[in-house]
Amino acid sequence: MNEALIRSLTPGVLGVLVRRGADFAAAEDAVQDALIEAVRVWPADPPRDAKGWLVTVAWRKFLDATRADAARRRREDLVEEEPAPGPAASVDDTLQLYFLCAHPSLTPSSAVALTLRAVGGLTTRQIAQAYLVPEATMAQRISRAKRTVSGVRFDQPGDVATVLRVLYLVFNEGYSGDVDLAAEAIRLTRQLAAAIDHPEVAGLLALMLLHHARRASRTAPDGSLVPLAEQDRSRWDTEAIAEGVEILQAALARDRLGEFQAQAAIAALHADAPTAEETDWVQIVEWYDELAGLTDSPVVRLNRAVAVGEADGPRAGLAALAELDASSPSSSSGGSPLPRHAAVAAYLHERDGDLTTAARLYAEAAHKASNLAERDYLTRQAARLNTGRSH
Amino acid sequence: MAKYLLLKHYRGAPAPVNNVPMDQWTPEEISAHVQYMNDFAARLEKTGEFVDGQALAPEGSWVRYDGEGRPPVTDGPFAETKDLIAGWMVIDVDSHERAVELAGELSAAPGKDGKPIHEWLEVRPFLAAKPSTTECTFK
Repeated sequence: MNEALIRSLTPGVLGVLVRRGADFAAAEDAVQDALIEAVRVWPADPPRDAKGWLVTVAWRKFLDATRADAARRRREDLVEEEPAPGPAASVDDTLQLYFLCAHPSLTPSSAVALTLRAVGGLTTRQIAQAYLVPEATMAQRISRAKRTVSGVRFDQPGDVATVLRVLYLVFNEGYSGDVDLAAEAIRLTRQLAAAIDHPEVAGLLALMLLHHARRASRTAPDGSLVPLAEQDRSRWDTEAIAEGVEILQAALARDRLGEFQAQAAIAALHADAPTAEETDWVQIVEWYDELAGLTDSPVVRLNRAVAVGEADGPRAGLAALAELDASSPSSSSGGSPLPRHAAVAAYLHERDGDLTTAARLYAEAAHKASNLAERDYLTRQAARLNTGRSH
Repeated sequence: MAKYLLLKHYRGAPAPVNNVPMDQWTPEEISAHVQYMNDFAARLEKTGEFVDGQALAPEGSWVRYDGEGRPPVTDGPFAETKDLIAGWMVIDVDSHERAVELAGELSAAPGKDGKPIHEWLEVRPFLAAKPSTTECTFK
């Protein structure tokens, strides 16, 4: 029995229940119960129509849970008002669920949790493991999220940009527990791309595929970080790269550029290069210019400085970095807005031959790193330069 | 979504504003303080931001390796000058601002005369092991 198949049916089943008049929170609980039953029953007794089976069982669970008279009357009134579901309804419902689970009234962490459960069909335990929090905490987060969106009408058009942000958050979480969140984010974005014709959805899907294709080469067997230039390109997933490029090209042809398409274009240029030396840095700089125009984000301009350093030499890169210094937002909020600023400066100074400054900046960057693999990598860079100079 | 450690100290933190040792409070003031801490934790459980919390005994020893085949060295109980952690709470929140806001609330726990202690708490972000996919020179 394919758990992925069961999960992919989740939003459609949930959509049918909501369309029949079940309120969202109760419908979501009922669908989870039906999923658990499917996992139990299907291996011995597989249904002919998987979705039909799930709808029937979920609806029965929903009715069981709302047997009180008052609830029944309300439900019957709602059913009276509802038009019969048409053939295209399940696709529309899926889309509505994405919008609902990424609703702007939710905090990012609740939107992520609700999306993984209601759209992704993951259990609360799986989501809790993936985010390394207690199951009770995740259960509370999800039920609060459901309460928050319980008053939101299910037939209103939603905000695609919000949905994309949530999916990208899921993707960037990577891997812990028994669920690969990056793969899950790709699956959900694929499903979204099938339900809606939008160049930025395609752009995000392409971006995810291009990043994911290179994931295996990004870390050494001991878990340490391998920089882009040193990655074993034969380990890149060429099929995923080809698919990402194709999706991206179709999206770009629509001439409605957005930040995910621009980021995917940069990722595609990296993925296209047979060797690090053959990377088309000039074109990458041009895409960073586009991206900076779309987002005006300091992180984008920081990465642009790296690309300028490769295209026009380290001095040009340092000049681009200096511009950024003057205009980057202050760190008054407590956290530095550009944790990798020192890392980039260190790299450019090293390439420029100033090893003393580079070593100092690598050490500073390691101190500011927000994840272990990066911190260890940067510490090794500082150590490499320091031991090199002492001999 | 980021995890933060809120650290509470027996010693080592700057002095709180309402700096009266707990054994000089009334029993009711102690109960009110404990209740505040429990309510705070319960509220975070409800918001889905609670990960873990533990209190630590004040006794502790420094221990280190003393060479092959030898027992570890200990220096006995902590000397008075040493930094001493009283307990921690781990939270999982959407932003650094939220972590600071919650630490501020925890620091407002009532002490002597029912007034907030204004205790100093340390807020430390966790170093995540997870990868981030932002393209950069070393990725």
